[in-house]
Amino acid sequence: MKKPELLVTPIDVAHIRDLAEAGADAVMIGEQRYGLRLAGEFKREDIVEAVKIAHQHNVKVYVAMNAIFHNDKVDELGDYVKFLADTGVDAIVFGDPAVLMTVREVAPHMKLHWNTETTATNWYTCNYWGRKGAKRAVLAREINMDAIIEIKEHAEVEIEVQVHGMTCMFQSKRSLIGNYFEYQGKVMEIEKRKYEKGMFLYDKERDNKYPIFEDENGTHIMSPNDICIIDELEEMIDAEIDSFKIDGILQEREYITEVTKKYRLAIDLCAENREEYRKVKDQLLAEIEEIQPKHRPLDTGFFFKETVY
Amino acid sequence: MIVKNDKISEIINGKRVITKKPELLAPAGNLEKLKVAILYGADAVFIGGQEYGLRSNADNFTLEEIAEGVRFANKYGAKIYVTTNIYAHNENIPGLDKYLKGLEEAGVTGIIVADPLIIETARRIAPKLEVHLSTQQSLTNWKAVQFWKEEGLERVVLARETSAEEIREIKEKVDIEIEAFIHGAMCIAYSGRCVLSNHMTARDSNRGGCCQSCRWDYDLYKLDSGKEIALFDENDAPFAMSPKDLNLIQSIPKMIELGIDSLKIEGRMKSIHYVATVVSVYRKVIDAYCADPDNFVIKKEWLEELDKCANRDTAPAFFEGVPGYKEQMFGVHSKKTTYDFVGLVLDYDKETKMVILQQRNFFKPGDEVEFFGPQIENFTQKIEKIWDEDGNELDAARHPLQIVKFRVDKEVFPYNMMRKGH
Repeated sequence: MKKPELLVTPIDVAHIRDLAEAGADAVMIGEQRYGLRLAGEFKREDIVEAVKIAHQHNVKVYVAMNAIFHNDKVDELGDYVKFLADTGVDAIVFGDPAVLMTVREVAPHMKLHWNTETTATNWYTCNYWGRKGAKRAVLAREINMDAIIEIKEHAEVEIEVQVHGMTCMFQSKRSLIGNYFEYQGKVMEIEKRKYEKGMFLYDKERDNKYPIFEDENGTHIMSPNDICIIDELEEMIDAEIDSFKIDGILQEREYITEVTKKYRLAIDLCAENREEYRKVKDQLLAEIEEIQPKHRPLDTGFFFKETVY
Repeated sequence: MIVKNDKISEIINGKRVITKKPELLAPAGNLEKLKVAILYGADAVFIGGQEYGLRSNADNFTLEEIAEGVRFANKYGAKIYVTTNIYAHNENIPGLDKYLKGLEEAGVTGIIVADPLIIETARRIAPKLEVHLSTQQSLTNWKAVQFWKEEGLERVVLARETSAEEIREIKEKVDIEIEAFIHGAMCIAYSGRCVLSNHMTARDSNRGGCCQSCRWDYDLYKLDSGKEIALFDENDAPFAMSPKDLNLIQSIPKMIELGIDSLKIEGRMKSIHYVATVVSVYRKVIDAYCADPDNFVIKKEWLEELDKCANRDTAPAFFEGVPGYKEQMFGVHSKKTTYDFVGLVLDYDKETKMVILQQRNFFKPGDEVEFFGPQIENFTQKIEKIWDEDGNELDAARHPLQIVKFRVDKEVFPYNMMRKGH
């Protein structure tokens, strides 16, 4: 049975080796100048190193260029794409059509993955971006399992689904944390403080904690729970979904490595020995619960949830 | 600073005149608002149909109503656009062909679209429709605009995060119609990139279910070695990300000189009073600037007029730079209103000076009210006796939509409005 690729986000170059050994088939890296919400910051020299190590381990490297670009960065996209092509990365992840246009111009053979996160919600549009040059569509996290399977049935591109970790709920260009500090009159510390790690918004009514952070791309607010569907992989593996992603943003390196090992095992068993998978899947979920940070409850995202409108 | 743009102006009798006037585009939540928008000076109106739009709670138009709206608009040389700017899910695909065909048959000029599914389906099924890219695509750079031009789109609505300088560069590099927001409420997130509503209330923000979670209060904490530390003091208002409403009245001259093709007012959920007031003010600003840009000044009365229908404090947002904390609201939730819309003029008898008016809010003899409309200068009137349709004297106009009569000294016209200060 065809196995989905296991795609993970490393924290730094050294982490790639750990993840390769833990069973990752691919890694997604990049820097915040071009990419959104990455687990680690990989400058050009890091990408060169990352590709070397990853390829030694037969692991693919995808680089994030999925930021929402303003005019000021458009002119430098070509140089970055060219660098990525020369370095031998396996694909570029994009959302903004400016990246697609640039890749057509300077590296027409480079593989593209379409990933706008929230707006990849139907099969037709996935195929549309396929006709424009994308090899893969990364689905929105806000659609359910049935919709994912239906998209895969109609898809002319590879389909990637996030199976683990937190997801982004909101991106603003505004400096919302900095603005709040400024409103409070804490002027002295703002520039430094707004980039601090570990901040969250508390929603009393729902008793939820939403991680929030600022970077070059603005303010990002993340989901209150981590998706974990290690025990619900059968349908998507049977449907031959092409890639399962573990997003390690705002997590510790050891945690990401451990989770990768468990999904490796789960995928292998689910594809090769279904009976055994069914026996151990609850145990695998329990093991992840054990290493789960206590402020990050697990849930199943939108896989089994309906939204109305 | 305003840079004069030769491409949009001519020298006529020694005086510079703007010959390429931008379209004034207004929102309308129903047929009455559509008519008001056009009568008060909109060149085009955008409306929502029963499906595929982003305001599932609004009245929204049936296809018959859309056709009626188009007929009304045609009489005034105005255009109708329909918002079909959801990000569709698989389940929304069936029915789309029929819907788009229906819009084309109703005679609308164009549709405002975010999802390529709808763009391509419209091209195939309803090729007479213009296709405008919605702000939901968060279009922020010229190269992405170039992409959509090559896809054959007639117009793009830019992201609200684009600045004047960025728009100038886009206009220089790509020959496509540009539409930009000038007034109204707005997302604080990049449009289309917010699913707070999905996560907090299971309502899909990108299909019209947005519950405006960004207007709620939150507490900001920091996690430090397992301990939760509050990043606010007792006296601080909670963390909020509620943006002030957009108001670019002061920037209209700059926007006209940039050659922006359509200036858009937000607010399909807003009242006819709001639509009438905002449209009439911007109509005056655009006309005055285009007629004589060199001697143009913003009149104080225009600013005061806009304030009479404001729901929130306003700010210029990204067009004039990067908005800071003063462009957000902290600890503010109530909507501000200084005037109530109290009546719509149906008719006026010049002989007897009696107005026939449809009541829209409580008023009584002795009240001071203000009349406004496209044919008249605003004036105030003290209300004396009020009668109902049958000539019975009333102690007050109490009932919504009740038809009443009373004396108004100056001439008023159908669709003029009456408002009352608090």
